[in-house]
Amino acid sequence: MRTPRALVSALLLTTLAACGSPPSGSGSSADAQDEIKVGVLHSLSGTMAISEVTVRDAELLAIEEINQAGGVLGKKLVPVVEDGASDWPTFAEKATKLIRQDKVATVFGGWTSASRKAMLPVFERYKSLLWYPVQYEGLESSPNIFYTGATTNQQIIPGLDYLKEQGKKKIFLVGSDYVFPRTANKIIKAYAAANGMQVLGEEYTPLGHTEYSTLVNKVVQAGPDAVFNTLNGDSNVAFFKQLKSAGVSAEAMPVLSVSVAEEEVKGIGVDNIAGHPVAWNYYQTTDTPANQAFVKAFKAAYGEDKVTSDPMQAGYNAVHLWAEAVKKAGTTEVEAVKKAAGGIALERPEGLVTIDGENQHLYKTARIGVIRPDGLIEQVWDSGEPIKPDPYLKGYSWAGGLAEE
Amino acid sequence: MIKRNLPFAAIAVIALVAAPLLLEPFRLSLLAKYLCYAIVALGIGLAWGQGGMLTLGQGVFFGLGGYAMAMYLKLSESGGGLPDFMVWSGVEELPALWAPFANPVFALTMAVAGPVLLAVVLGTLVFRQRVRGAYFAILTQALAAAMVILLVGQQGLTGGTNGMTNFFELFGADLADDSTQRVLYLVVAGVLGVLYLATRQLVNSRFGRLLVAVRDGEDRVRFLGYDPALVKTVTFAVSAGLAGLAGALFVPVVGIISPALLGVVPSLELVVAVAVGGRQVLAGAVLGAVVMGYAQTTFSEQFANGWLYLQGALFILVMTLAPKGIAGILGRLRRARTA
Repeated sequence: MRTPRALVSALLLTTLAACGSPPSGSGSSADAQDEIKVGVLHSLSGTMAISEVTVRDAELLAIEEINQAGGVLGKKLVPVVEDGASDWPTFAEKATKLIRQDKVATVFGGWTSASRKAMLPVFERYKSLLWYPVQYEGLESSPNIFYTGATTNQQIIPGLDYLKEQGKKKIFLVGSDYVFPRTANKIIKAYAAANGMQVLGEEYTPLGHTEYSTLVNKVVQAGPDAVFNTLNGDSNVAFFKQLKSAGVSAEAMPVLSVSVAEEEVKGIGVDNIAGHPVAWNYYQTTDTPANQAFVKAFKAAYGEDKVTSDPMQAGYNAVHLWAEAVKKAGTTEVEAVKKAAGGIALERPEGLVTIDGENQHLYKTARIGVIRPDGLIEQVWDSGEPIKPDPYLKGYSWAGGLAEE
Repeated sequence: MIKRNLPFAAIAVIALVAAPLLLEPFRLSLLAKYLCYAIVALGIGLAWGQGGMLTLGQGVFFGLGGYAMAMYLKLSESGGGLPDFMVWSGVEELPALWAPFANPVFALTMAVAGPVLLAVVLGTLVFRQRVRGAYFAILTQALAAAMVILLVGQQGLTGGTNGMTNFFELFGADLADDSTQRVLYLVVAGVLGVLYLATRQLVNSRFGRLLVAVRDGEDRVRFLGYDPALVKTVTFAVSAGLAGLAGALFVPVVGIISPALLGVVPSLELVVAVAVGGRQVLAGAVLGAVVMGYAQTTFSEQFANGWLYLQGALFILVMTLAPKGIAGILGRLRRARTA
């Protein structure tokens, strides 16, 4: 068998082509003087797209608002949007592209913990800046990431405080099998042990799992006062449907979810989940002037039927907080922005947030809500004031040994 | 002979000299990534193109190689401590399975030997039973699916869905450094070149002819007194070894290994790439992997929304216009010219 010469030459040409032409459109900087490029990196395809596209929309809205108001440092913000494709290595690759080729000033992006963990070394390596907008499992504080979602002491622990106040003594843990639920449950078990609560069971299912009859039977047989739910994505649909058909009502056995917001309620079907509690820092119904403006602007931009949720709002805040820090620093240079960011306090849709300069998380108010029959979430409890972020749970004596840096 | 190797030499010069000079570091490491996939594709070209074994689970072997390498990198950095993901997964002491991977020689050997061993066991069981065609394809695909479930489920041992990332250095060299990445690229390109030549040699040997004979008439080969199962097992094992080595090279280049890289979808993507390039010739497989890798990057950067459709369209277009892939088109052009 002979090697076709033409083929080999073609291989040669492709290699050259791959070398010679870095894709255009990254915008050679004709008018780079009055523009600042920022990266927006979320999954626009794959399983996570349904959630992440909404965050991208909120971030683009914030960028648009800032441009309307004259931009930052007299320059317009130009978003460079990339698709993380629900695939963690792709997130790392696109982050590298945004930093090295587009030379963006900062990146807003990510949703799953896995995507953040994949991007973290990239941002640390190139000393760039990522704004991560989703509640997460804590135990992390990268100098190159700002976390605008809740850490565990602003969501999970308040959720447990709420259950305790409601007199729920026996709980059952249900979660998807990945790092957030496993870490969250570790914290929940330590909390339960210190607060006289009893954990009757702990079950994990693979991401994307949709067969819940066995698990629901197990939960029902154990007979807990409440269920703490860290399932993610599609699994929630199957779980809540199964729970309903097993005849379990929200009054008899409330299921507290930490990954179900307004957007997910639509997918699960409000009939299946109405009455169950959730824990976040923001709801579409949150009563602040900033939120009225946000909901109005979002609906105007994307349609009346759209809902707003906690991660969307956190992404929206991230852009405004970064812009504020840049104005204060007078430059987009990363070290200066980081320094300027500490202590910045803004009235946001969720209420007052303040950047903790030390761990680059936000002071946030924890809010427990109950899902209404119309699909929105009604707040029933809040922490009264913004809670200081404590990603390593150093301020909780019972959490010793959970967090090693 | 010299004339025949001229094009290969020309590509080698371009790949080893021109590319590192012309490309930005970020693009160069992307090219290194495509070349890692090209090594896997070379194995698929051998097993499928030459041997007729449609293997839809090469990701498994790629993953075994990648995880072996990642385990070594994690251990060499943690300096006797626990790797980061074990700490947050609640693992208290280093699992026994991990301990030997602190040795780079062992890790690299396992990156190749592990996949080869698995392929030998699987091949012996399957080919002896004369499982072939679609049944073999389904079996390998099931293997890929099972592998992902296993890796995700064993979070403390494998990093779960996150996989492993955050690697800093390889043999003392800083992985973040552009010059390290350039050396890595050269290593990958060199390894691909050597493996390509060796595989071509294998295809041109008596064994290669026997392999093609098995593909085209397995029973006849058996009646001639050869053992088709042995031929197929050896070929399958070689292709597994290639994928394992590619995985081991991939990890320091890209800086992450996760179940998402070795499941059913990436395994299929590689077979698609080989089909696009042209499975009849080994160079077609290599070309296909580079073209599809480049297309994926370009499409997704240019059209963040809907780039998957473009990639699918490219596949359909090539397959309808040229069932023998790009290599088929080029072969036809060349024949037209010489005729």
